[in-house]
Amino acid sequence: MSLSHLENLEAESIHIMREVVAECENPVMLYSIGKDSAVMLRLAMKAFYPSKPPFPLMHVDTTWKFREMIEFRDRMVAELGVDLIVHINQEGVAQGIGPFSHGSAIHTDVMKTQGLKQALDKFGFDAAFGGARRDEEKSRSKERIFSFRSKNHRWDPKSQRPEMWSLYNCRIHKGESIRVFPLSNWTELDVWQYIQAEDIPIVPLYYAKERPVVERDGTLIMVDDDRMPLAPGEVPQMKKVRFRTLGCYPLTGAFESDATTLPDIINEMLVSRTSERQGRVIDKDGAASMEKKKQEGYF
Amino acid sequence: MATQTIAAQAAGDLDAAVEMTLLRFITCGSVDDGKSTLIGRLLYDSKLILEDQMESLVDDSRKVGTQGDDIDFALLVDGLAAEREQGITIDVAYRYFNTETRKFIVADTPGHEQYTRNMATGASTAELAIILIDARKGILTQTRRHSYIVSLLKVPHVILAINKMDLVDYDQAVFDRISAEYREFARSIGLTDVSCIPISALKGDNVMEASAATPWYRGPALMQGLETVDVAVKDLSKPFSFPVQWVNRPNLDFRGFSGTIAGGVVAVGDEIVALPSARTSKVTRIVTYDGDLDRAEAGQAVTLVLADEIDISRGDVIAAPKNRPEVTDQFMAHLLWMTDEPMLPSRPYLLKTTNRTVSASITALKHKVNVNTLAEEAGRSLTINEVGVCNLALEAPIAFDTFADNHLLGSFVLIDRITNGTVAMGMIDHGLRRAENIHWQAQTVDKDARSRLKRQKPAVLWFTGLSGSGKSTIANLVEQRLYLRENHTVILDGDNVRHGLNRDLGFTDSDRVENIRRIGETSKLMAEAGLISIVSFISPFRAERQMVRSLLEPGEFVEVFVDASLELCASRDPKGLYKKAQAGEIKNFTGFDSPYEAPENPEITIDSANVSAEQAADQIMEYLASNGYLSEV
Repeated sequence: MSLSHLENLEAESIHIMREVVAECENPVMLYSIGKDSAVMLRLAMKAFYPSKPPFPLMHVDTTWKFREMIEFRDRMVAELGVDLIVHINQEGVAQGIGPFSHGSAIHTDVMKTQGLKQALDKFGFDAAFGGARRDEEKSRSKERIFSFRSKNHRWDPKSQRPEMWSLYNCRIHKGESIRVFPLSNWTELDVWQYIQAEDIPIVPLYYAKERPVVERDGTLIMVDDDRMPLAPGEVPQMKKVRFRTLGCYPLTGAFESDATTLPDIINEMLVSRTSERQGRVIDKDGAASMEKKKQEGYF
Repeated sequence: MATQTIAAQAAGDLDAAVEMTLLRFITCGSVDDGKSTLIGRLLYDSKLILEDQMESLVDDSRKVGTQGDDIDFALLVDGLAAEREQGITIDVAYRYFNTETRKFIVADTPGHEQYTRNMATGASTAELAIILIDARKGILTQTRRHSYIVSLLKVPHVILAINKMDLVDYDQAVFDRISAEYREFARSIGLTDVSCIPISALKGDNVMEASAATPWYRGPALMQGLETVDVAVKDLSKPFSFPVQWVNRPNLDFRGFSGTIAGGVVAVGDEIVALPSARTSKVTRIVTYDGDLDRAEAGQAVTLVLADEIDISRGDVIAAPKNRPEVTDQFMAHLLWMTDEPMLPSRPYLLKTTNRTVSASITALKHKVNVNTLAEEAGRSLTINEVGVCNLALEAPIAFDTFADNHLLGSFVLIDRITNGTVAMGMIDHGLRRAENIHWQAQTVDKDARSRLKRQKPAVLWFTGLSGSGKSTIANLVEQRLYLRENHTVILDGDNVRHGLNRDLGFTDSDRVENIRRIGETSKLMAEAGLISIVSFISPFRAERQMVRSLLEPGEFVEVFVDASLELCASRDPKGLYKKAQAGEIKNFTGFDSPYEAPENPEITIDSANVSAEQAADQIMEYLASNGYLSEV
């Protein structure tokens, strides 16, 4: 008997999480509420069972997330009995930063990247789990599982520590930190198969449903609240849509779909000819934009 | 593989998809051998390049591609912006694709000379290596280097992909000549499972399916080779070993040991031994979030619960008692140096194994290996990308297997204490026990200085007496009391030493003498360290005890005679040894068919028949205190 690929991936992720807890002083798990976070959270519940995960979850809230995401987040935390820290960049809020008024680049930088750095500094976390996968995007495919960050949270792709076998060097100087990606070797398909096999709850936005949308630059944007500026006379249309990734609602493209079950979703993904990040507005500013953001401290 | 097939699979039979196996492999070759093109081709032909990725690929190919108006597959995998400008891959990149039966993780590893370390990084997790050769150039220095690293990292399977066959008119003679030459070389460096495939990554020949251009080739296409290589054997046939990663204590009622099984199989009820302490117990539960298991195997991450409350912490290894990993603080290993700062013998580095970090230094660089010629060369240091065979000395013993036996228990990295950088990867060849490997080190701090630091006078408390007289029990109590007073102690127990230091010795008279001589030398070293050692051995011969006394400085040897009659000891018989001796199952048993010579002038005599172990310990502590061994607390 040999382990299946999902059993293999699960064991690798659990090993990574335990290693962080054994070696780092003050870890945190970044919980972004999406499907990857859902899988990461389940793996954390498994890794330390019967103990609870010995670290808090943290959500950097940009104040522009889908309302259903926030409801789902609070429900999961209550059900599992885990600790959650919600951090909002109050300076950004005071300046009124938002995707409509300032554009996606400034909004993401201030509310997400700066917000994350603020939170990591405030609580003194020396290790932060993230749900990123190497198959998502080119620059991620070269990032280590244990990704070292300077005091300024910068990533230097040219001086990454070599990572051999399953031996992870967790040593850092004071003020430095490590981003740890337990799902590095998972693909989008693996994540969905695991959600199905393990019956993991996910935000309902992944399932198709009639939702009010408007079209912006060829992308369908869901009108989640009344902050969405509409052209004079513009009326949101009801369309049966769903989301492949979740983030800030004004920056997350929906697409029309009839997939209302997990097998439907997996089926649709397999015949789809676009990658999941395609729905994300922020990834399109130049071919190397993600790499640049990561160097600046974005996850 | 058509998209509809997977789609049908997803819709109708998800279970089959979940039962896929996983193969991790690396691609290696020289700068222009076409590695990235090959991976791009595998992704493209597996229908894993999606529309938006394809759009940006076509776009990039036109801007910076090297294939004119054709798609430059290399751009798919050469991700970092700097690499696009240089046109080479400079770091390890991981790619993922799957077929109906298997998921693949590919490490695209660089061919440029200065990045040997990255290739080794990719190879460390790979079960198969694809080594690319340009058919026009044949076997180059780089080919030998990459193959050597593959053999160094003991990657089990190798495919030699002879690429650019289109540029030699698919000539069988070229293929035959290169394969024959390579096979001979591969054998010489210990690569046993090698297959050679003629391909064109650019045109797709023999990549996904057999090519019409090479009718003379009857072997599998590359993808077939990847799909059928056997990954199932794994580490199940090896003895059970389990490095403890984390002690799981949610509350006072549960104490489990979490980790990933490094080899073999474990089942509830199995006897285990914890290393390095060598304490034994039994597995009572194998705990997972999904429920308790009856058995678990190599690769699974589980939590073990044991029958006894024995002291186990992160860094220990739980193993099968009959076939346990070795415990040592010195071993020989192959090192690959990975950083600009050269290796310095005798500088302390941190050595990290699968679950443990200890201080270590390189005591000898036996020789370097020239990765191009494979020649052994003398040297004093290792610089980046150099391989050497070294002896290492550790600050504390660790449990290990050789790298050949178990990759997880036989590998380590070295970490720089100042920069925290990972400076080397290491593969353990074997432990060192032989005297010729142990070099006397110049001492700058002497015995007095060490004892002062410990606020005690070094001593060797030598417990002698028949088996069953109570030596070990009293010795343990004494050590506990000394520990509570914050004295620095070490215990040398007959049974334990026989399992390690003296495991090559039996029970003949000459072996018994040698046994005691070694213990004596060891106690002397302990005294040098300023320790109070507590030695508990039958040590039946007066002459040998006298020999140990003479090794030590006056006053250091404290002979404790635990006096109990043979009848009393035989009636206690705590280990059932007297019964066996009476039945003739044990030969040369002290008191029966081997003599015991009682001490004539012991420092302390314990009347074992009439005092309790506690009283005996009190008596010894009193002696130590009144004779100045223990300073006032």
